[in-house]
Amino acid sequence: MITLPEVLLLGTLLFCISVAGIFLNRKNVLILLMCIELMLLSVNINFIAFSHFLGDIHGQVFVFFILTVAAAESAIGLAILVVMFRNQDTINVDELNSMKG
Amino acid sequence: MRTDLILLIPEITLLVMACLVLVVDAFSKDPLHKVTYWMAQLSLLLTFITVIYYSPDYSYIAFNGSFVSDMMSVLLKAFICAITIVVFFYSYEYLKENELLKGEYFILGLFAVLGMMVMSSAYHLLSIYLGLELLSLSLYAMVAMQRESTFATEAAIKYFVLGALASGMLLYGISMIYGVTGSLQFTDIVDTINSGTIDKVYLVYGMIFLIVGMAFKLGAAPFHMWVPDVYQGAPTSVTLFISSAPKLAAFAMAVRILSDGLSPLIEDWQSILSVLAILSMAVGNIIAIAQTNIKRMLAYSTIAHVGYLFLGLIAGTASGFAGSMFYIISYAFMSMGTFGMIILLGRYDLEADSLDDFKGLFLRNRWFAFIMLCLMFSMAGVPPFLGFWSKWFVLKELIASGFIELAAISVFFSIIGVYYYLRIVKLMYFDEPETMSAIKATQQMRVVLTINGILILLIGLAPNSLMHICLSAFSG
Repeated sequence: MITLPEVLLLGTLLFCISVAGIFLNRKNVLILLMCIELMLLSVNINFIAFSHFLGDIHGQVFVFFILTVAAAESAIGLAILVVMFRNQDTINVDELNSMKG
Repeated sequence: MRTDLILLIPEITLLVMACLVLVVDAFSKDPLHKVTYWMAQLSLLLTFITVIYYSPDYSYIAFNGSFVSDMMSVLLKAFICAITIVVFFYSYEYLKENELLKGEYFILGLFAVLGMMVMSSAYHLLSIYLGLELLSLSLYAMVAMQRESTFATEAAIKYFVLGALASGMLLYGISMIYGVTGSLQFTDIVDTINSGTIDKVYLVYGMIFLIVGMAFKLGAAPFHMWVPDVYQGAPTSVTLFISSAPKLAAFAMAVRILSDGLSPLIEDWQSILSVLAILSMAVGNIIAIAQTNIKRMLAYSTIAHVGYLFLGLIAGTASGFAGSMFYIISYAFMSMGTFGMIILLGRYDLEADSLDDFKGLFLRNRWFAFIMLCLMFSMAGVPPFLGFWSKWFVLKELIASGFIELAAISVFFSIIGVYYYLRIVKLMYFDEPETMSAIKATQQMRVVLTINGILILLIGLAPNSLMHICLSAFSG
């Protein structure tokens, strides 16, 4: 039988991996988008676990909303990515340094 | 159910109008988008009127506790609409001059305003999240609107990634609070915490993530990395929008979560906010000194102002929140005027965003040099301008709650802050101008900017009326 702490541990691990990915990744903006997606999904795991073990439906409803917003968010993220590629011919994170101070 | 819907009339009006503007703009062939612009202004005006007309006499919670209509939400919505009307006016002039005019600017702006209104009325963690995302997604797209500009795209990517990270943090915090209390609704959360059956450690764990997400969105140090880049890289009209109305919505979100949802944890969040406030005031005021780009300088000044905004929240009393509300409303007025001034001085071939562009403004145009002087003195907190009273109000409440050391530290940093505001006044009045070219702005632009600047002086001379309005928002 899977217990609540085990599922929460999984959620937290995924969350940490995604945050680390955002800060450590120096190569590609696409990977940033993937990390953001992973982060939202890890939160979804948390919500579903709580919802299941509390016997309360609100958490699962929240997950639907997160999924919808995540879809809209990645649409905008990819659109910005396309604009960036057109301007700079690269999607390298290291190129994002024209503003300093 | 019917009374529930009546409370929602302002939001419904705005949503219907925004969709209507979207359709009309899709079929309009006018390169100046006049119809779109005027319809957007009309929608905001209609929303403003409905907000005032349908304001309830007492606090009313609707839709199974997910929506609240009280004095605070009504006042914030009214101010958000009024501020956005002026912002759209400045933006239209700027976009026309710089050939960036697209109908989407106003449509995205309207949806952002809808998000802000949802945030001001949210009484449920889900409605807070949805309002916040509606606002943020519109803003990401607005920052990226200047497609050929490398700076704007870079700013958009940074804003998007860090904004999404902030949403993730916020969601993680929400999931923890939900797991511990078994509810997402603020009254239920408070009741469960007060019943004393749950372990506070897990609650504080969730709350820290919530506050981190909120601090990201407000741009408080140490989560401020995106603010300078976005302010500098985005087109000035978008920077103007980001720095005005959304700050009111972020304030609403902070009050709703901290004071309505997590009031039993007041001692814990007071100490976290104190750290954030001191860091923000230090980082904002000190790094701003080194800037040569005025938009970037104003970004650091925003960070510092967010620090002062937190001071009123830390006070933790109703009048403390009123002080913060006064602070953020006056900040929105000042920031609107300052970015309006950058737009006024700019021309098609020259964006007036370097400090050098303000050199000798007194010789070029005495009147607007005076208006800019009012704005800078107000930002610095010199009496009798509006900015002085907002600092005074917040500090008074902070001291009344017994945080004397914190008040002393904030006064110290605001003295440092005076330097870079006064430097602009010095550049305008005592330096030789680099060009003597006349200011090429339309008559309407001059009139509105003058009213904006004079209002800051006038409200500063009689601050009681605005203070009473803010106090009434929290009088229960």
